[in-house]
Amino acid sequence: MLKYVDEYRNAELAGELSQKIKGISTRPFNIMEVCGGHTMSIRKSGIQKIVGGHINLVSGPGCPVCVTSIEDIEKIIALSEEKNAAIATFGDLFYVPGKKKSLADKKAEGSDVRIVYSVSDVLKFAKKEPGKDFIFISIGFETTTPTVAAAVKQAKEENIKNFFILSLNKTMPNALRAVLAHENSKIDALICPGHVSTITGTEMYKFLVEKLGVSCCISGFEPLDILRAIYVLTENFEKGRKVLANAYERAVREKGNIKAKLIMEEVFAESDASWRGFGVIPGSGLRLKKEYSSFDAEKHFDIEIKNVKENPECKCGDILRGFNKPADCSLFKTACTPDTPKGACMVSSEGACAAWYRYGE
Amino acid sequence: MCWSVPGKIIKIDGNVSTVEIAGVKKEVHLDLLEDARIGEYVLVHAGYAIQKVDEEKAKFTIDFFNGKNDA
Repeated sequence: MLKYVDEYRNAELAGELSQKIKGISTRPFNIMEVCGGHTMSIRKSGIQKIVGGHINLVSGPGCPVCVTSIEDIEKIIALSEEKNAAIATFGDLFYVPGKKKSLADKKAEGSDVRIVYSVSDVLKFAKKEPGKDFIFISIGFETTTPTVAAAVKQAKEENIKNFFILSLNKTMPNALRAVLAHENSKIDALICPGHVSTITGTEMYKFLVEKLGVSCCISGFEPLDILRAIYVLTENFEKGRKVLANAYERAVREKGNIKAKLIMEEVFAESDASWRGFGVIPGSGLRLKKEYSSFDAEKHFDIEIKNVKENPECKCGDILRGFNKPADCSLFKTACTPDTPKGACMVSSEGACAAWYRYGE
Repeated sequence: MCWSVPGKIIKIDGNVSTVEIAGVKKEVHLDLLEDARIGEYVLVHAGYAIQKVDEEKAKFTIDFFNGKNDA
């Protein structure tokens, strides 16, 4: 029994809740689940199938691996060729193909590439092997960035000189604005990422409701949590109301985690960032502040990336923006499979293409 | 990737705690929490506790699913 998880997986209650949703749903309603974790949970538990035909669930840009641009993948590959240095990465990035190679290929060729569960593991490596440089590939949204900020602070306090990060961290607000303000967007409402919101709080979404007229409901990741968010959004949509709702009260407060936000602000400053499928989104990235720039891998190592382009046949970008579904891509399930991924959306365990491949359309 | 799992703090040693998740004990950093205490449930993400679980609110949600209150 996993407390605060198993209670939210009751199939009988899920059936009742889906009947309630069907009962109030009278017209087409497009809901984007922003987070890749939600995409996976929705597909795995068959939620799209049980909520009825009016509700269309669309995957969004909330999978950090999926939105990592090809230029940034090439930077990672270039760093893996540094002598006397090791790359430390979350497992999801390991198989993402660059222009020619992935980190898995580089490891097979002899590069020191280590998969870690936490950035704190990388600090341990750096302390244990002082003669080697360790480069942590820092991807993630507001959930993950504070953990990296805490590690960078610790590295400074403990004067660890062989620990570096490649900051590919991204923030949600401007990416959501880019999705929703686009002329082709058909999104009526958002299921907002539960764990990003534990840090940011509910207040981050106010502008989406007030300025862009899109309802938002923060949700946990278990099937009942997601069904409840769909119910709340559908009920308000049917009544013509725009709302900001929190259906993950056990973990999300209005102001979020203030201490985590302060640590993040102490270490990182806002920057522009390149997103797969979007291009550069102003103010959507994070770079290390000057006081912490000695930990910046891009400053310490001399890497240069020449113009690289995404595979034009891969529709990952349009899928992340909600314009297409995986089945709309000509590569899906033909040239592109989990064994032969052409884009990050098929590699990441939370990618829309991987979810559709594994659990069906 | 933003996955996190709830677990119970069973030991605290400075900034590092031991959290039990489904019977498995994990080392979890507490740098991001203000005042974590033994016995509390926290959400664990990538080796760090990112938020406490509010037990009262959790009960409210369970009650909603059982038809005892509104969404």
